[in-house]
Amino acid sequence: MDSGDTAWVLMATALVMVMTPGLGFFYGGMVRQKNAVSIIMQCFLMLMLISVQWVLWGYTLAFGSSFGGVIGGLEWLGLQGVGLNPNPTYAATIPHAAFIMFQAMFAVITPALIVGAFAERVKINTFIIFILLWSTFVYDPVAHWVWGSNGWLRQLGVLDFAGGTVVHVNAGAAALASAFVLRRRIGFGSVAMEPHNIPFVALGTALLWFGWFGFNAGSALTAGLSATNAFMVTNTAAAAAGLTWMLMSWYFRGRPSVLGSMAGVVAGLVAITPAAGFVNHLSAIVIGVGAGFFCYVAVAFRVRRQLDDSLDVWGVHGIGGTWGAIATGIFAEKALGGVDGLLFGRVEQLGIQLIGVAAAWVYSFTVSLLIFKALDIGLGFCVKPEEEDVGLDISQHGEKAYASF
Amino acid sequence: MKKVEAIIRAERLDEVKNTLAAEGFLGLTVYEVKGRGRQKGIALQWRGVKEYRVDLLPKIKLEVVVEDKDVERVVNILREKAYTGKVGDGKIFILPVDEVIRIRTGETGKDAI
Repeated sequence: MDSGDTAWVLMATALVMVMTPGLGFFYGGMVRQKNAVSIIMQCFLMLMLISVQWVLWGYTLAFGSSFGGVIGGLEWLGLQGVGLNPNPTYAATIPHAAFIMFQAMFAVITPALIVGAFAERVKINTFIIFILLWSTFVYDPVAHWVWGSNGWLRQLGVLDFAGGTVVHVNAGAAALASAFVLRRRIGFGSVAMEPHNIPFVALGTALLWFGWFGFNAGSALTAGLSATNAFMVTNTAAAAAGLTWMLMSWYFRGRPSVLGSMAGVVAGLVAITPAAGFVNHLSAIVIGVGAGFFCYVAVAFRVRRQLDDSLDVWGVHGIGGTWGAIATGIFAEKALGGVDGLLFGRVEQLGIQLIGVAAAWVYSFTVSLLIFKALDIGLGFCVKPEEEDVGLDISQHGEKAYASF
Repeated sequence: MKKVEAIIRAERLDEVKNTLAAEGFLGLTVYEVKGRGRQKGIALQWRGVKEYRVDLLPKIKLEVVVEDKDVERVVNILREKAYTGKVGDGKIFILPVDEVIRIRTGETGKDAI
């Protein structure tokens, strides 16, 4: 047990925790005023629901002893017998409970990311059921594949430092599935749906960027060289991606977009996530620029195709996460994370990364599609048109964001 | 010339506005207002513990000035596009207008509309 490592991981856990409400502000600013409360609520709901789900059965499904590398066993159901002592398989120098809580925050934020895809139109009761099903049948298995002690992608040698595949590809694929299954917002494409508060988006981006230091540098699970490198490349990639998106908006639309810069920053943070422990700061600039570029193009494509992935979860997290996972196979270097990528002469790492990404895409997309479809037919996923017109704040919660008089 | 004032649901504005434009009524002024009709308002909640009623509801007030002959068309558009059939669809008021002057050119009357 190391007190420095423990202190850092507990701090990092708190940093990742604040990302989920931060995401609420990030998304909340982008929706119309009548839905601001509902989307912040959907993010908070993750903290409330998944924090409990994780302790009861999520952790053991993701990190318990493996059934064929596909899913964890049930020996840690309700965290029985886990105790506080370190678990050498996952993190030898910190209490097992610290590792569990750190991982809990990842399980919380991943479904929260999907919320942006079907913003402004979902029923709160179906939504709660969806989240429990998705976390249990999509997040927990995929986390097991990549991070579980005998997960099949881990055995294969897939590198995912802080969750490019587990978190971002996973959420992005589910977002795409929702855009295919659920109806679009009323008036989508014909009515201007303005973000109601860009300063909120900026506040949310700030909290995400801040929290991401815990997300990536904390994933080292020790306080040392690896954490510091992750910290440095995280900041560098976020900045490079924000700049890239800003310049692209300037070039294509004539003026530098504020909302676009924020999206770019998040795209960069997403892309550096799988690579943070394996690449250097100069590679981070390339990864950031790539993230800004690819995600900008993806969002433009999504808009042209009239898909109502309302807040671009697929374009930013799906594409950014995919680019990051591939880039890890290109730029990884042995001196930093113990594994060389394409650039340092190991072509096969790139192939392994591609398998990891493809597996997550196919599994998450397919199972998410089934869950969305089943719930939409069985319970109805979206609200009635008149409820959507009035807004989810009043129709689902009986509360509103801004009162006056 | 007449001024048509309408109090409508905020969520019907886009459709009303687009239809007016399609029918050739481009100029209009829109306000965000609060008001009360015969509708009793809506119930909101305080921390899920207590209920309270809000009786002044947010509405949109829309103003269009048109020639006398066009009043009926505008009213029909409003009645059709702002309609949901539920309490709270709003009202239309029609007022006489003495004169209209375009500031830039000094045009008056129907040329200035």
